[in-house]
Amino acid sequence: MKRQVKGMLGGLGITFRTMMQPSVTVQYPHEREEPTPRARGVIALKEENCTVCMLCARSCPDWCIYIEGHKEQRPARREGGRPRSVSLLDRFDIDYALCMYCGICVEVCPFDALFWSPEFEYSEPNIAELLHDKDRLGEWMETVPEPEPLELGAEIKGKK
Amino acid sequence: MSHLLALDPLFQSGHVGFSVFLVVAVKVLVAFALLLVSVMLYIWGMRKWIADMQNRIGPNTAGPWGILQTLADGIKLFFKEQSIPDSADRVVFRLAPYLSIMPAFLLFCIIPIGGQVSIFGHQTFLQVADLPIGALWILAMSGLGVYGVMLAGWASGSKYPLLGSVRATGQLLSYEAAFSLGILGVLVRAGTLSTHDIVSQQRWVNWHSFVSQWYWLPAFVPFVIFLIAATAETNHPPFDLVEAEQELVGGFNTEYTGIRFAIFFLAEFMNVITMSAVATTLFLGGPSGPGLGFLSAGNALNTWLMPVFWFGLKVIALLFVTVWVRASMPRMRYDRLMALGWKYLIEIAILWVLVAAAIEVANVQNWNVWATVLIAFGSAALAYGVLYLAIPKPDEVVEEFR
Repeated sequence: MKRQVKGMLGGLGITFRTMMQPSVTVQYPHEREEPTPRARGVIALKEENCTVCMLCARSCPDWCIYIEGHKEQRPARREGGRPRSVSLLDRFDIDYALCMYCGICVEVCPFDALFWSPEFEYSEPNIAELLHDKDRLGEWMETVPEPEPLELGAEIKGKK
Repeated sequence: MSHLLALDPLFQSGHVGFSVFLVVAVKVLVAFALLLVSVMLYIWGMRKWIADMQNRIGPNTAGPWGILQTLADGIKLFFKEQSIPDSADRVVFRLAPYLSIMPAFLLFCIIPIGGQVSIFGHQTFLQVADLPIGALWILAMSGLGVYGVMLAGWASGSKYPLLGSVRATGQLLSYEAAFSLGILGVLVRAGTLSTHDIVSQQRWVNWHSFVSQWYWLPAFVPFVIFLIAATAETNHPPFDLVEAEQELVGGFNTEYTGIRFAIFFLAEFMNVITMSAVATTLFLGGPSGPGLGFLSAGNALNTWLMPVFWFGLKVIALLFVTVWVRASMPRMRYDRLMALGWKYLIEIAILWVLVAAAIEVANVQNWNVWATVLIAFGSAALAYGVLYLAIPKPDEVVEEFR
């Protein structure tokens, strides 16, 4: 009986103390809370780094990344050499109606072309309009924070 | 009929003319409107208070500070589709919400929210009816309230509502005894059943009246028992097993939609308000409180406004405690609910009534009061000790089942 009464009074005390605190609710459309810098809001594309390797599209669990590209011939670097072929990106779309924000594409990209951006205000009234193209993904690159400095000792070269 | 209401000075001339009828009609209408508006405000206030206790804001969009939120919800529910299950008993299904809300209204009719005032030249009490059997009326109406819940669950023709209403009936029957004995603790002292007389015995004389006149201190044990039992009677958390969502979908009102559901919802909160009003009347002196000292005692502000103000303040304080408990306590387990009611509250209430009766007799017979108090409390403690030893403890019950 003593234990129950103690527990009851303790519970009442907690709710009363909480009542004295201000509320933590942010009334979103009227006031805005800045997300943390490394928040995973949306995936941004740095187009010049993309080599159309398709690793991101193939690793995506939802198959929400659509990539098209073509190859072009470029003159050889050395005299008498063979002309080079380069891949050029035509289309890079992410369907955010399908994306589940797992971030595997960002992890898997070998050339640092995909980044997490804290931007989150890109909702659309129509679900079809959530398919964002490479220009839109490129705009979000501005909101991507600078990469954090490397850890101490990370740049010392070891023996190969 | 006039004999039933004869305590009110309005009827003492024996002649019931048109103006008397008008006074009564106005009082009924005002009580009806007052209860509806206060339920609306209470639901809003409850949501605001609980929001505060959870670091939230709560409703804040409809009207200033969201005060019209309940009205908006009510209008929405009014225009929603009302469905009746195929297996339901259609007549009883339609009747049940009104059976649930009427006792709450009728109970509020005997609550004195002010003293004696003059309306249209007629002296009258500021309450709809001052029945000579007022306290019995409280018990009757709080007992009738369960019929709405019980018939709603039965008439739905669905199993979860039925389980909810079975729980409601069991809970109500168990706590009705403790509830009645809690009231009896006051009645033994007051010596009357009329709510107006009970309140006028607790009138405000000076600042000591808070402890010397009001019944909450001399009847402290019944006060606590009454508050617990009233919470259980109104199915309010932590005793809301009737509508335990996790177990019973929605409880007795699962099959109800639209305005019928709204009426159940309204009745539940209306019961909380009337129970707080009853507790205020019986234990906290009702409308009694200090008047405005710089005005004469007969001034309209002192006869009209201040009693209503004090009554409202006490009811709001009790409602706040209800909400506070609601926000803090998890729902009780069913066996613990029954154990609390049958093993503790009823025994303590009975023994308290015996002690209170002994003290009253000692007052009348001019016995030595302190000796009587000592002997009464001693025998009550002894009786409770015997009962306590006879009751199996939770651990022992578990042992038996192993």
